[in-house]
Amino acid sequence: MNIPANLRYTSSHEWIRKELDGTLTIGITDHAQAALGDLVFIELPKVGRKLGAGEAAAVVESVKAASDVYAPVAGTVAAANADVQKSPETVNADAYAAWLYRLTPDDIATVDGLLDARGYQAVIAES
Amino acid sequence: MSKTTPLNATHRALGARMVDFGGYDMPVNYGSQIDEHHAVRDDAGMFDVSHMRVVDLDGEGARDFLAHALANDVARLGTPGKALYSCLLREDGGVLDDLIAYWRGGDRFRLVVNAGTADKDIAWLRTLADRTGARVDLAPRADLALVAVQGPNARAKLWRALPGSEAATASLAPFNAATFTRDRVEYFIARTGYTGEDGFEIALPATHVEALWTALIEAGVKPCGLGARDTLRLEAGMNLYGQDMDEAVSPLESGLGWTVDRRAPRDFVGRAALERAPAARTLVGLVLEDGGGILRAHQRVSTPKGDGEITSGTFSPTMQRSIALARVPVGVAPGDRVMVAVRDKTLAARVVKPPFVRNGKVLV
Repeated sequence: MNIPANLRYTSSHEWIRKELDGTLTIGITDHAQAALGDLVFIELPKVGRKLGAGEAAAVVESVKAASDVYAPVAGTVAAANADVQKSPETVNADAYAAWLYRLTPDDIATVDGLLDARGYQAVIAES
Repeated sequence: MSKTTPLNATHRALGARMVDFGGYDMPVNYGSQIDEHHAVRDDAGMFDVSHMRVVDLDGEGARDFLAHALANDVARLGTPGKALYSCLLREDGGVLDDLIAYWRGGDRFRLVVNAGTADKDIAWLRTLADRTGARVDLAPRADLALVAVQGPNARAKLWRALPGSEAATASLAPFNAATFTRDRVEYFIARTGYTGEDGFEIALPATHVEALWTALIEAGVKPCGLGARDTLRLEAGMNLYGQDMDEAVSPLESGLGWTVDRRAPRDFVGRAALERAPAARTLVGLVLEDGGGILRAHQRVSTPKGDGEITSGTFSPTMQRSIALARVPVGVAPGDRVMVAVRDKTLAARVVKPPFVRNGKVLV
């Protein structure tokens, strides 16, 4: 299973990348896309929306089922990736390239509380 | 602990993602469910359906027994090999299961029933046989495996994989079966399926199914999982037991009125109850007009005649939009516009008459 070492993770299968401008780029992990199967619909949060930590932010639907994507930390939506909305299958092709949305965190330090690659590996191993 | 089919290790070796279905550990896909779906619509795919149970029903009372036990009329089975789709009903008209019954000539019949309901069905049939004193032997065939080969090129590819089978099955009309024997192995080959495409369903000794599966792969047939099976059957407008109908609903409210044969004055289980209670609801097809979501089971449907509910919903890979079956009040008709509660939104859908897709063509 592909779990890049440079990213942070949640136990609900989001990946988080810290950008230089202080925003966080968020997507779903390779493990999550494989478990969901072929994605056919993605709903993203509106730019400017305030999200609490753990709040449902986006929806990814495969042929089989719908799943919520949660905000890893509290913040404000800074961008939404219209490309994945048009082509949900790009998430299946490369889950770490096909990001879903960007978040400006209320407190950048909260990111340090998220899982690292090893921690996420352990989460998958238990499931 | 899930039960396994004789192909379990083969699925795992092919990299299948496995799930529990009807108490069996089954492949949901081997990579991409959508690719598998298109393979069946465009070429040929195959499914391990060995979780379904073959039950042989023999004896001089077999035909009369089935005339009483099944809601469809086995009198329609006029030539050996002919198949009949039917519901097995409770006395109160609820659907115990849906099945295919084959006449194998003489006093010999064969039923193929769903995995999750097989034990219940067999117990019920035995009870019914005892109660009526029918002279019939029931033999569940755990020694048989089942493979469905489906798609426009399915028949030709089976003939390539199983030399000699063409002569035995080339003239089979849809919903008919023939037996083919090669190297003392008997293949029961039926021109039936659950995809809306041409093809065969093959019952054969479990000991020989891996060889057939491998030969079919070599003939260019793509292994497909239950995920694709579900989108294919829904596009074909075919019900899934436990989802679109169950013991709590009548076949008349499940789009299965055509399978309940009331022409003859035949006393079949559930008949009296169906005749007492006219259908108040009907099963229709829905096509989502808006983007903005995917139709799913249990979503509420608002119509001018009252509320209903989606029983099966998915994204149709052939139509590239979301489709569903929904149970709605009688009077809702094709062409009507209804509203569906999809998560936190209300989306418009068009009522259609299933099937949505047959033989590769969109019909709605």
